[in-house]
Amino acid sequence: MVRISDLPPDDAKHLLSKKCQPFDSSPWVTGLPLKERRVAMITTAGIHVAGEKTFGFADTAFRIIPGDTKSSDMVMSHTSVNFDRTGFQQDLNVAFPIDRLQELADANEIGSVADFHYGFMGGGSKPSDFEKTAREVAGLLKKDNVDAVMLIPI
Amino acid sequence: MGALGHYIEDEGIATTGISLVREHTEDLRPPRFLWVPFELGRPLGAPNQPDFQREVLRKSLLLLESNSGPVLIEDFDEEAPIGEDRSNENVEGWACPVNFPSPPSDKSEREAALLAEIESLSPWYDFSVRKRGGSSVGASRLSTKQIATFFIKFLDGKVENPQPEISLGNFLKIASEDIKAWYMEAATAQPGYSTSVEIQNWFWGETTAGAIFLDLNSVFEISEDPLLQYMARSSFVPRNQRFRLK
Repeated sequence: MVRISDLPPDDAKHLLSKKCQPFDSSPWVTGLPLKERRVAMITTAGIHVAGEKTFGFADTAFRIIPGDTKSSDMVMSHTSVNFDRTGFQQDLNVAFPIDRLQELADANEIGSVADFHYGFMGGGSKPSDFEKTAREVAGLLKKDNVDAVMLIPI
Repeated sequence: MGALGHYIEDEGIATTGISLVREHTEDLRPPRFLWVPFELGRPLGAPNQPDFQREVLRKSLLLLESNSGPVLIEDFDEEAPIGEDRSNENVEGWACPVNFPSPPSDKSEREAALLAEIESLSPWYDFSVRKRGGSSVGASRLSTKQIATFFIKFLDGKVENPQPEISLGNFLKIASEDIKAWYMEAATAQPGYSTSVEIQNWFWGETTAGAIFLDLNSVFEISEDPLLQYMARSSFVPRNQRFRLK
């Protein structure tokens, strides 16, 4: 129910205050059919492997999430308090659908699942603040032969 | 989220994704996104609904096969299922079945009250860990009772950062999220369906932990630490619970 019109006035006002400037260019990459693609996931939910450095305020760095990490080994250290966490606490897949992605691979709907996924923390930074680390992750994705990225917010 | 899509696509890798706030995605104009009408924090719709989650994921991934673009925003029109499939249970509201006394008005009693509250919820938290095979609690690397004691000491002016490698503000933030996650995992393991708002109202309105967190917010407000002041303004008490602040 994230229709702005359905939100409490304070939440709607806060979200609408975060106006973003469009980028100057519009890159568009085409490729193989989905069933031949190798897919990685990137979350901005502040999800990472337990024991790794937690996300701080306005943190634009990323954390590597190995594809074979058990869901019970993942934690969330996002700094915002204004979204629901009880869903994630009950089922990782509602925020980071690692089991669902593997099921699509098992059913040959996608080619394969990447060996590594990536966790960012989306709050408190401007879009352009992520350029350096996003391009760094792109280099890592290429080394993993990834040709499709699934981006998941929180 | 849209920025990551823009930069990664610019590096030559196709991206797709989920948009929770259509207005932000329309502003940024990233390559492809599927807008979904779900609650913030639940981009795949609902926990423990694998068929529904898979359909959301599939529809977003299929945008990669579209030839129209750049800038493609499609809508996922189906509303999220309500929680887990517990159609045999009473879903008319939720109340925590663990009864504990109201938060103490005498501040000298709050540590004992908080530890007793944690003790009374522990069986449900333990059940949650068994049922779900783990827990999202743990970023602070302290036990829930250790965090509780730390917060009481902080309120009493005894400030000592258990993790000197990060700032006190960051530790307070992480520890607070751990204790909230512990309470909420215990609460959502209990019988009956509960919405996220019901759980929030219970934590902030009925528990000693919630009362202590509201007191902490007042302490942060008058702190000289800019990070604590920032937390007091916007990153400790959720907007939908700030009416409880004195």
